Amino acid sequence: MRFGVLRFPGTCDEVDAQLACERVGEAVILWHGDTDLQGVDAVVVPGGFSYGDYLRVGAIARFAPIMESVIAFARDGGPVLGICNGFQVLCEAGLLPGALLPNRTLRFVCRQVNLVVVHADTVFTNACEEGERLSIPAKHTTGCWYAPPALHEQVEANGQVLLRYAPGENFNGSLADVAGVRNEAGNVFGLMPHPEHAVDPLTGSVDGLKIFQSVANHVGAAHV
Amino acid sequence: MSQRIRVLVRPKAGILDPQGQAVERALPALGFEGVENVHVGRLIELDVADPSQVADMCEKLLANPLIEDYEIVEA
Repeated sequence: MRFGVLRFPGTCDEVDAQLACERVGEAVILWHGDTDLQGVDAVVVPGGFSYGDYLRVGAIARFAPIMESVIAFARDGGPVLGICNGFQVLCEAGLLPGALLPNRTLRFVCRQVNLVVVHADTVFTNACEEGERLSIPAKHTTGCWYAPPALHEQVEANGQVLLRYAPGENFNGSLADVAGVRNEAGNVFGLMPHPEHAVDPLTGSVDGLKIFQSVANHVGAAHV
Repeated sequence: MSQRIRVLVRPKAGILDPQGQAVERALPALGFEGVENVHVGRLIELDVADPSQVADMCEKLLANPLIEDYEIVEA
């Protein structure tokens, strides 16, 4: 299978994301000014500071030419994974519920966090076990997930929260410890921690690989 | 003829506003007492040919209606 990894001006984690994807498949970088997704099977919107985070995080990137194609791809059921800034972009684009607010502490935080897998029967977590803990680094200033009460209730009722910060690990103040949430259809998922930085034993954890492996499993199963 | 517009964007009431809280805590340290309900938002100024479009601009780009309120002021 082939992943497409977006690159906006200000993106900085696309190469790590590409390398992570290449452990389970092929991967190409897709430029923000293009509209052709080059027939990829899944799209990764990686981390960084797209368009300098001007106005609000993710607010400008959602209008990039490539995003029109990504939105159409997502509407057709194509798997889309947003990491950190990519999560913020997908929320701004209306593909994922909620919004990301500044961390409660207003500080940039870079640390390893433990996440709990809430649901394992999904496009993005099928290589995990329900209740499993994943050790993955997080690094952001604007990662406090928020949704108004009615929307939050709906997200929980639909089982859209796939990852939560383990007890005591919610450093950014996210509502209900939400670390990663999917759309209603289940083919779009965003998370603040960086699975692409946890794919090599050299850096201490390979738990992040399970997210990419899950997408590859899903695409592989769909092609059988 | 274009019209000068100011858009004031604020965090929605009840949403955690750590910037406002940080400013509120900093003021007494400088000797300014009796300050409360500090909120930090954004000011966007723009000259527009058709001011009736500004609300739509706010909904689609200038503010995120999930987390922010906006107020349109003709300057």
